Amino acid sequence: MAEEKFRVTIDGIPVDVTPGTTILNAAREIGGDIVPPAMCYYSKLEGSGGKCRTCLVKVSKGSEKDPRPMPKLVASCRTTVMDGMEVQNITSPEVVEARKGVVEMLLINHPLDCPICDQAGECKLQDLSYEHGAEQTRYKFPRRTFERIDIGDKIQLHMNRCILCYRCVYVANQLTDQREHGIISRGDHAEISTFIEKALDNDFIGNVIDVCPVGALTDKTFRFKNRVWFTKPVDAHRDCPTCSGKVTLWYKGADVLRVTGRKDAYNEVEDFICNTCRFDTKQTQDWILEEPTKIDKDSVITANHYNSFNPPAVIEQDLVLQAANEEQLERTERLK
Amino acid sequence: MARKLLLTHIDVPGIEGFEVYRQQGGYRAVEKAVKTMTPDDVVEEVKKSGLRGRGGAGFPTGMKWSFLAKPEGVARYLVCNADESEPGTFKDRYLMTKIPHALIEGMIVSSYALGANTSYIYVRGEMMPQIRILEKAIAEAKAAGFLGKNILGKGYDLEIYVQPGGGAYICGEETALLESLEGKRGNPRIKPPFPAVAGLYGCPTVVNNVESIAATVPIINDGGEEYAKIGIERSTGTKLISASGNLVKPGVYEIELGLPVEEFIYSDEYCGGIANGKRLKAVVAGGSSVPILPANLVFKTANGENRLMTYESLADGGFQTGTMMGSGGFIAYDEDQCIVRNTWNFTRFYHHESCGQCSPCREGTGWMEKVLHNIESGKGSMEEIDLLWDIQRKIEGNTICPLGDAAAWPVAAAIRHFRDEFEWHITHPEEAQKRNFGLAHYAEPRQPVV
Repeated sequence: MAEEKFRVTIDGIPVDVTPGTTILNAAREIGGDIVPPAMCYYSKLEGSGGKCRTCLVKVSKGSEKDPRPMPKLVASCRTTVMDGMEVQNITSPEVVEARKGVVEMLLINHPLDCPICDQAGECKLQDLSYEHGAEQTRYKFPRRTFERIDIGDKIQLHMNRCILCYRCVYVANQLTDQREHGIISRGDHAEISTFIEKALDNDFIGNVIDVCPVGALTDKTFRFKNRVWFTKPVDAHRDCPTCSGKVTLWYKGADVLRVTGRKDAYNEVEDFICNTCRFDTKQTQDWILEEPTKIDKDSVITANHYNSFNPPAVIEQDLVLQAANEEQLERTERLK
Repeated sequence: MARKLLLTHIDVPGIEGFEVYRQQGGYRAVEKAVKTMTPDDVVEEVKKSGLRGRGGAGFPTGMKWSFLAKPEGVARYLVCNADESEPGTFKDRYLMTKIPHALIEGMIVSSYALGANTSYIYVRGEMMPQIRILEKAIAEAKAAGFLGKNILGKGYDLEIYVQPGGGAYICGEETALLESLEGKRGNPRIKPPFPAVAGLYGCPTVVNNVESIAATVPIINDGGEEYAKIGIERSTGTKLISASGNLVKPGVYEIELGLPVEEFIYSDEYCGGIANGKRLKAVVAGGSSVPILPANLVFKTANGENRLMTYESLADGGFQTGTMMGSGGFIAYDEDQCIVRNTWNFTRFYHHESCGQCSPCREGTGWMEKVLHNIESGKGSMEEIDLLWDIQRKIEGNTICPLGDAAAWPVAAAIRHFRDEFEWHITHPEEAQKRNFGLAHYAEPRQPVV
């Protein structure tokens, strides 16, 4: 017998999913623009999600049995689908408006120091505010500020940039033995911290850097070394006794500037990697190289990269632009 | 004289002790329930009474109890929410201080109805004296055989524990309360699952307000139908109202639901009118989170009917011209009070108490506070009123728990009804520092705002 499936319609596109799937994951099965953005949800971390409110969607029909719409917008990452459910994401002006509000709220205390932030170029908050934010802030008060804290000798915490998504807290709770990393204080004074700034010392603690959607937790071995769009990511692996050893190496010329976990289309790592792989093995001879990492073509990181070239729509009709583009491509080939 | 059910013996000397409480007919409900009724009978009686939750939302208590999941071999819990911290509400503290056995007796009856063998009273951390009073009352009840193993020889076991909180407003939200009770950070959980299915330690749990639990005692004593005779329509029974503000006699009053608001304010039996012969400007009817009402909508609804102290009548007109019963924190403002300053003060509270888990509430409450402070101190601009309206709209309904709504509603209502006062603060910044606006020129309430 075939497994029971629930049919859910998101922005008019139907998809059949297994019961217990969340709306967000159902949307990810469809893919494309109708996937709600998620700043705090992380499929590999139990209990994550529901906090940032960027993934709010409107449930216009509850289910086949109970077709009433849900009274409020719901967090799609924590709401499971029902059979016959109809969801509106980008087709609902209410959702778009609410999401714009959430993005504005997320940014009022964010320093917007992208020019000096290591995360710039691969920052989900940057993408989100580019897609959904207003061009001007209406907030004219001083932003909250914190001192930078070193969590151990390899990780730096810059609370100013934090959006309190709690992902790193879940990483620390679920990958390490003792709960030693959490949120202190309340409201907009809340901060990520360790007890009396204790250093986090665990083989897998480096993963808090990978899960951080913004530049609040950064790799001290990479800080200020380079902009991510000048580096070239290459998938590689090694025989690691602690973790899977499957990583992405970020090259600048012949140097490996940093090592991260391999990330999927939604910026989630495939496997958590250990600190030795991340911080201490930065020589090409340590690794077996596989192939250039596939990067979403809209990402700034793909600029001047190995991936096949997708000509922009504007040049399709224009012979002059096409010729100019051909010429440019030839040059790039030589450089490669 | 109106009927009283909870505060009948409040003036009897020594009522806080077990002996006097027992002499006045206390613990009859426990005897009746445990000896003559099945747990389902008790739930049925409470359902018949039409009792609605007294903590703010007004959800029917009997129905809440019937939703409790009852899987085999899994413990069930009753948790009493005594984390009363809404500005303007102080009824539960009064009840626990003066007549603690009413709560303990209600806890025993309710726990029996739900089949809970362990129950908790989660008391707000600032209420240290009340915690001691409750612990003493529990010890007395235990010594008399109403608590502990094999209550009244009928084979029902119950232990009640008092747990002090850390004094956070957010821990009055039921799932944050359960988190805190489990020893974690008091962040509201994402629902579903609801506590009735997975609450304390993952077990089915009912969380009730102090007053709701205490109200089960007269319901069991006199029967649910008798209780339902008091009040109007779906607002049955009596309710404790904590009246404060510019009143001749502020304090905690037990009223029969259905009392006209006008009588509550002006009758000598209750508040005795506005202090110092001033005129009434506005009323917050149910604690700081409900919409504020201007005087022209306090006594009459927008349809010209008398406004009564019931869940329905107070909410008549929706948020456009009505308010909510809330937790019964009744605050009256006379003509000398400044609505802008009051709104700023409320928002300051919500900013301080936001748990910081979800973005709109964490960032939005602080933003609203800063904007309101700007306007209050004469540095505001007209656009900021619209900005405030927009911020509150983006918070409301988009958060995990109702704290976001509670922070948004007072701001929305203040702008809706007292926009001219906000504007005056902006156009007369110097004057606004020296005197208050006085009575508002109330806008036509049914006109849409912004």
